[in-house]
Amino acid sequence: MSLGHALLGLLEDRPRHGYELKHLYDERFGVSQSVKFGQVYTTLARLLRDGLVDISAVESGGGPDRKLYMITPEGVADLEHWLIDPQPPSTFGRSVLFAKVVIALMSGRPADEVLDLQRAAHLVRMRELTERKLAGDAIDALACDFELFHLEADLRWIELAGARVERLRSPRTRDVPE
Amino acid sequence: MSGTPTIEGAGGPLVHAEGLTKRFGATVALDGLTLGVAGGEILALLGPSGSGKSTLLLCLAGILRPDSGTVRYRGQALSDMADAVLTCLRREEFGFVFQFGQLVPDLTAVENVSLPLQLSGQKRGLAEERALALLTKLEVEDRAGKRVGEMSGGQAQRVAVARALIAEPKVIFADEPTGSLDSLNGEVVMGLLLAAARERGTTVVLVTHEPRIAAYADREVVVRDGRISQHAVVP
Ligand SMILES: Nc1ncnc2c1ncn2[C@@H]1O[C@H](COP(=O)(O)OP(=O)(O)OP(=O)(O)O)[C@@H](O)[C@H]1O
Ligand SMILES: [Mg+2]
Repeated sequence: MSLGHALLGLLEDRPRHGYELKHLYDERFGVSQSVKFGQVYTTLARLLRDGLVDISAVESGGGPDRKLYMITPEGVADLEHWLIDPQPPSTFGRSVLFAKVVIALMSGRPADEVLDLQRAAHLVRMRELTERKLAGDAIDALACDFELFHLEADLRWIELAGARVERLRSPRTRDVPE
Repeated sequence: MSGTPTIEGAGGPLVHAEGLTKRFGATVALDGLTLGVAGGEILALLGPSGSGKSTLLLCLAGILRPDSGTVRYRGQALSDMADAVLTCLRREEFGFVFQFGQLVPDLTAVENVSLPLQLSGQKRGLAEERALALLTKLEVEDRAGKRVGEMSGGQAQRVAVARALIAEPKVIFADEPTGSLDSLNGEVVMGLLLAAARERGTTVVLVTHEPRIAAYADREVVVRDGRISQHAVVP
């Protein structure tokens, strides 16, 4: 996650204080890890230096949060460039799930059992996400769907992997696509 | 009553299948399958193609007779019921949503949805009024006067859901109700079906091969080789 671009994105609709940016970031993007105040201020200082944000107002009083940050036209241009620049596809091959399933199947353990047990675990999480999605707003739904589709992909892959391995063992079964 | 599943009848599940066996020639579609569905429960049936899910659903709904074993509804064996009683049960207590068919393509959406009510003797005007209210809930009221044969798959599927719900069934049997839809339409149809079911405390037995759709259910069971898989018990 590029913190700088995320902050620019959060500043595009209106100016905000650093603490507000931290909380918004955590709410929208910090599912697995929240961002530290220090990181937010360091990043804002860099954006300010590069002319991507400006300070629209400084309020009187103490504390680090007197400044109200706003995005500059250069900041908007930079954000747009980042948004249309395609993200390199992630690599998934090194997950623990991958290793577990491959070892289980290659060692001759029944694919059905591996799939069913993993699906049971995945479905508990998928049901939680579905409930949250139905109760939440559009941003919650996007976040939940992102996770739901990835979990479903895991299950589909296990199913296919199991069928492939079983086909190797009994070559007469011909119902699995190449 | 809505939300929490309840056990009905003589302390048993609302629908209970025990030791179901069904053969088609040499094919064993169901192989001694046992399953209980509680009242108000939303149950998803998962499992590979050909494992017996549709056969099970048809047996549970009293459309197909198993070779052996019993299906009980409210504690009463379907096999003990006279044909007329069974037909009446299917019309008044059960609703069906299938992937294809069951709507009349030459009738409009409103006519299709109001048909079950008219068949059980309701006045046409009133039946169509209720059909329109339900189509509105399913967000296809703007297509109400359109022939179903001229609708997109997603629109027709919402009409099919409305038709299944109209007579306020106690149990809805759905076989891949979202199978022909894209992800968003599939989820919209699923969301609407389950919201309506939960609101009324309707029991739903849903066949699906999509884990995301199964995640809408209260519980999932996996059918494998005509039996319920034992390692797939989800708390
Ligand atoms: N009317 C029928 N005549 C002959 N064989 C049948 C009939 N209905 C089902 N079968 C066979 O019974 C087995 C179970 O079929 P069923 O339709 O219940 O599977 P399913 O789990 O619903 O599969 P799918 O996910 O592909 O819909 C299959 O081998 C099928 O070929
Ligand atoms: Mg089927």
